[in-house]
Amino acid sequence: MIIAKTKPFENIRAMLEGSQNVLVLGCGTCVAVCLSGGDKEVGILASSLRMADKVSGKDRVFSEHTVERQCEWEFIDEIQEKVKKNDTILSLGCGVGVQALSERFPEIRVLPGLDTVCMGMPEKEGVWVERCSGCGSCLLDKTAGICPITRCAKSLLNGPCGGSVGGKCEISPDTPCAWQLIIDRLTAWGKLEMLDEVQPPRDWSTSHAGGPRKVTSKDQYGGHA
Amino acid sequence: MPSAEQFEPEIVAFSCHYCAYAAADLAGVMRLQYPTNIKIVKLPCSGTVDILYILKAFEQGADGVFVAGCLKEGCHFIEGNLRAERRVERAKNLLDKIGLGKDRVEMFFMSSAEGGRFSEVAREMTERIRKLGPSPIKGG
Repeated sequence: MIIAKTKPFENIRAMLEGSQNVLVLGCGTCVAVCLSGGDKEVGILASSLRMADKVSGKDRVFSEHTVERQCEWEFIDEIQEKVKKNDTILSLGCGVGVQALSERFPEIRVLPGLDTVCMGMPEKEGVWVERCSGCGSCLLDKTAGICPITRCAKSLLNGPCGGSVGGKCEISPDTPCAWQLIIDRLTAWGKLEMLDEVQPPRDWSTSHAGGPRKVTSKDQYGGHA
Repeated sequence: MPSAEQFEPEIVAFSCHYCAYAAADLAGVMRLQYPTNIKIVKLPCSGTVDILYILKAFEQGADGVFVAGCLKEGCHFIEGNLRAERRVERAKNLLDKIGLGKDRVEMFFMSSAEGGRFSEVAREMTERIRKLGPSPIKGG
């Protein structure tokens, strides 16, 4: 899922300068799971903004709503009437949601309430970790299901490097060395020889280095993309 | 703004059924006096307190809020009181950013046998909020 965190409150207040009627709009999917953009966070942020305005003598209107997903037209289209009553949408969705809303409602100011961080998963209660970089060419079959592109700070294809100490990465004692994890798992499987195959330099054009990417399904789209 | 003597704060006390609510009851049975500024909201566990309950209380005019749960390691639901403590901590941070100040909300721990403690906490919070003055949200 997409992991995001709420922008600092003072930054959100600064962004809202010039707005009068603000729809605080949550997204009920990924960011609801990582507790940054769901219904409850919308309530907390809208309530906080209303109170901060009263304290500072402002008189803006903050309404609240959450859609199932901000990144799909059918869910966005459901709120057209609500949107019309506002001059600003403060989106508690990821960057995809903010852009989808801007595209659908070009006459409305759409502001990001979150900083989108990465694709990942909950490690434990209240902790989310990155697991995929979306590089466009998955090699998890060669690395025992552990992604060195994402989890190695250098994205090494033939690791580990000299910065791996005691199973930890040199960037932080809290960061496991991805290559140590790979070696440990292959050792447990008795398949360490898989690493004898040296990975050649990678074609990064499948990643964001190749520009914005697009995926089409010929079954559904007819192959006319 | 009324003077500190005139001002009677409104304080919402989110109280756990198993401890603080029973302690408040006991304070009554013991004929202990505590200020009438406290409005008790009974919860099945302090861990059920939601940060939105705290914010909404302030938004609707409370001058102060406290959450009262069981003694640490004494929660009927194992760690509901510790969850409540973390939420109160977040509420403090938010109130600071909002401009209300973190001292308007507090977490207390007590057992059901501590009627005296409940009345002490009620007095402590009333005095604290009286010094802070009315919430700037009021009358807005």
